[in-house]
Amino acid sequence: MNFSEVLGLALKSITSNKSRSFLTMLGVIIGVASVIVMIAVSNGTETQIANQINALGTNLLFISSSITRGGPNETAAQRQATGLVYTDVAAIKSQINGVAGVSVEQDASETLTFGSNTLTSIPVIGTTPDYTTVRGVQVATGRFITQQDLDLTQKVVVLGSDVATELFGSSNPIGQLITVNSTQLTVVGVLQEKGVVSGTNFNDQIYAPIQVVFQKFTPSFFARVMGDRVRTIYVSVDPKANMNDVITQISLLLAQRHKVDISSPDFTIQTQSDIIGAQESTTASFRTLLASVAGISLLVGGIGIMNIMLVSVTERTREIGLRQAVGATPNDIEIQFLTEAVMLSVVGGVIGILAGVIGSFLFGKFGGMPTVIASYSIGLSFGSSALVGILFGYIPARQAAQLDPIEALRHD
Amino acid sequence: MDKPTIIETIDLKKIYGMGDYEVEALKGINLSICEGEFVAVMGPSGSGKSTLMNILGCLDHPTEGRYILGGEDVSDLNKIELAHIRNAKLGFIFQSFNLLNRMTAIEDVMVPMMYRVENRLSMSERRERAMAALESVGLADRANHLPNELSGGQQQRVAIARALINDPVLLLADEPTGNLDTKASYEIMDQLNKLHERGRTIVMVTHEPDIARQMERIIRIRDGLLDMDRDNEQVAAEAKEELRKTLELPEEAKDEL
Repeated sequence: MNFSEVLGLALKSITSNKSRSFLTMLGVIIGVASVIVMIAVSNGTETQIANQINALGTNLLFISSSITRGGPNETAAQRQATGLVYTDVAAIKSQINGVAGVSVEQDASETLTFGSNTLTSIPVIGTTPDYTTVRGVQVATGRFITQQDLDLTQKVVVLGSDVATELFGSSNPIGQLITVNSTQLTVVGVLQEKGVVSGTNFNDQIYAPIQVVFQKFTPSFFARVMGDRVRTIYVSVDPKANMNDVITQISLLLAQRHKVDISSPDFTIQTQSDIIGAQESTTASFRTLLASVAGISLLVGGIGIMNIMLVSVTERTREIGLRQAVGATPNDIEIQFLTEAVMLSVVGGVIGILAGVIGSFLFGKFGGMPTVIASYSIGLSFGSSALVGILFGYIPARQAAQLDPIEALRHD
Repeated sequence: MDKPTIIETIDLKKIYGMGDYEVEALKGINLSICEGEFVAVMGPSGSGKSTLMNILGCLDHPTEGRYILGGEDVSDLNKIELAHIRNAKLGFIFQSFNLLNRMTAIEDVMVPMMYRVENRLSMSERRERAMAALESVGLADRANHLPNELSGGQQQRVAIARALINDPVLLLADEPTGNLDTKASYEIMDQLNKLHERGRTIVMVTHEPDIARQMERIIRIRDGLLDMDRDNEQVAAEAKEELRKTLELPEEAKDEL
């Protein structure tokens, strides 16, 4: 038999039982379509995250505490390590060249009340005036926190746009007193809408001087002794300055201030690309998870093909016997059935690719999730559907080839 | 005989099973069939007749002995070689026709050409040949019909056309009229007789004595051995004898014959 004869036989067999062939393919179609859609969704999310991080400004440094506690074998240096404290912010700002802004955040989560309106679990961000430049937020009405607010520990608050609408509706919130937990704060400004950036909804937060948050919302014993501890300091680097130079300066300064060895610091400095890299590895593992779920459905599709091919071999035992009697070798029979299985899975794969591409498009348009179709996902799913056909078609084909012609001809 | 020998078996044995469960289906068959012979194979079920036919059809190996088909010893060939031999040298006709149910008559007749190893033909040549074969069995107008659109006799004629398509040296027919009514049986026997007249070698299993009687040679198998092997003159003489006896029988027995 030559290749076109084999294809012809497989095509005839598949088309002679259309509904069964289609149902068999359905498993592969769903598998392949879900591979493509899922990769498109995670790809789209990844692109979106990268865009958001870039939108923060390209010259941002993230300094965070990294304290290692050594337990009973703790070294003196480890015991002494404090991590970042609030006073580091002022030190960085005043002592490092090439820094455009330094901002810090101390987060709490509190209940807000104004009149009869109550909002629960609203993030309260204690911060500094540089927050607007560093995080790229804009004030819509009123003003942001000033240095004077900080110095005098003024009980003022700036609202995110959603919080403002929910508490005040259309009336002007500026100058109003709201109750945060049990502390009364005066609204001095409302931010412009910004949206969600790496999981933070800027519209759904309120902003207060960091000293207010330290004292009212996150008091600690440690703070009285060592100064207020902070988790992350954001440094906006002057575009003209050398980023690595700034990083080195900050490292030296902080190591000296915290009295730790520069080789085992109690803080880490990350650049934007470090953060993007970390985000990417998160989405990559997310993608792997999705792809393996889709892979499992492809596997199930393959089992469906194997099942139907086994049924087909039993049904067509006489045909196999006859073909053997007129001169088909076991190899001819095996190739015939294997081709049929591969054709089922590959045709299913092609339909699945089309469905996946259309599905990704619709998902992106109406599902509220950004989707970017990856060209490799098309190759991957086509290849794996062909592979599924070969793997799951092999056993039935083998079984057909090994039939004894005498037995097969007698079968009814 | 001066005509070339098509089938030659030397002490052919077939043993099924092993050890205590051994069953000897063929106990040593010596058989010689020449080109152009039309041989009837008879025998009760379990006689080893089917086993012999399977070996003659290269579907099975003899346990012992030799089988020489058309001058070639095929006793020890492997599965693939046997498949090639079946394709090139043998044509099969079955009791149940065994047409492929999704294929039209002409496609069915073309199937054996698909498995040819040598002298492969183009699609159009195959179609031409298959059409000619269908014409020779009088079914040219049914070429594009599926099996379920054909009568039993027509299906069997398609099967004959298919069996002959690769010009085999031997045609093996296993009760070709077993599933047919009287009229269709005559049609099929007519076809086979015509082939015989044109010099085709045919071995046919049958249970019907009046069909066997038309043939020039009858082989009877019993308990795995050749029980009877006679040519047509003896058969004719015996038939006369039997007819004479029949005439002496009572009325109701005559109806049964």
